[in-house]
Amino acid sequence: MATFKREGKKEVPSLSTSSLPDIVFMLLFFFMVTTTMRDVSLLVANTMPQASETVKLEKKSLVSNIYVGKPNDQFQAAYGTEPRIQLNDKFASVEEIQAFVASEREARKEEDRNSITNNLKVDRRVTMGIVTDIKQELRKANSLRVNYGSVKRPTR
Amino acid sequence: MAKKTPEINASSTADIAFLLLTFFLMTTSMNVDSGLFRRLPPYQPDVEQNPPKYAKRNILQVLVNRNNQLAINGEIADVSTLKDRTIEFILNPENREDLPQKETKTIDMFGPVEVSKGIVSLQSDKGTSYEMYIAVQDQLTAAYNEMRNMKANEKWGKDFNDLSPEQQEAVRDVIPMAVSEAEPKNIGGNK
Repeated sequence: MATFKREGKKEVPSLSTSSLPDIVFMLLFFFMVTTTMRDVSLLVANTMPQASETVKLEKKSLVSNIYVGKPNDQFQAAYGTEPRIQLNDKFASVEEIQAFVASEREARKEEDRNSITNNLKVDRRVTMGIVTDIKQELRKANSLRVNYGSVKRPTR
Repeated sequence: MAKKTPEINASSTADIAFLLLTFFLMTTSMNVDSGLFRRLPPYQPDVEQNPPKYAKRNILQVLVNRNNQLAINGEIADVSTLKDRTIEFILNPENREDLPQKETKTIDMFGPVEVSKGIVSLQSDKGTSYEMYIAVQDQLTAAYNEMRNMKANEKWGKDFNDLSPEQQEAVRDVIPMAVSEAEPKNIGGNK
């Protein structure tokens, strides 16, 4: 005859946490995939000036970056200490900007080509001479949307 | 009988994964680019010879020289005063003779309003530091933002940024951003 064995008090079974690592790993991969690393390595010094009225740039895909600043230490032997322009991954001269703008346009979809914003990431110690030259070139290339990259000043 | 292998305690993998997760959360900066947005005027090589003429009272001349000194209408001034000077210039609250004229325009949602004809003329030198230039641009942007906020509050009791796009457009028409950058000069020699 079957008897039900009773072994002491009934206990609540402990909650299985074996799936917790999986969940966390999933989160981890999500963050690893979504956060984009900076796609170009900086060849120039780039400390942007502070401003209080900055606005965020919407639509990252429509932004093309132009870096200006003093070349980093390892490039100073070859390029000197005067501020230089960096387009994509190499140093460039002012004359190359028009070609750069054209290639940036080519890379975008046709309907987006007129809404490209040129993000001027200029080091704060640079003088205006080179910046004005760049602006003139951008005007000649008819790429008129410009963002003067600056960091939001912490509010007092 | 084979010895049963004891189950590996997996409770710490969660901790390890959390550690990795927090590491990635901290190190990857979602750096959103920010800055001051401007629209450059189109390139017109012929215009340089015949610049359009404006009455003197309609122009606020802002000069920055190579020593990063600022002059407003020919007087040396501090950057921090530029914002208030610009607001006073554009709004011209007392309708003074030496400040800009106003033009009555009909604008959607506002009806007939007085729009200032004032233009800020910004002239910088090749030797001006970029930091100073941004400081000046920042002050000018702050002035226009404050005026737009003021108008938005008068009309709808809300800040400019909280308005609908159509309302923002209307406020922009009432206070148009008129900052003209003169062709670069090279006063202080090459730099």
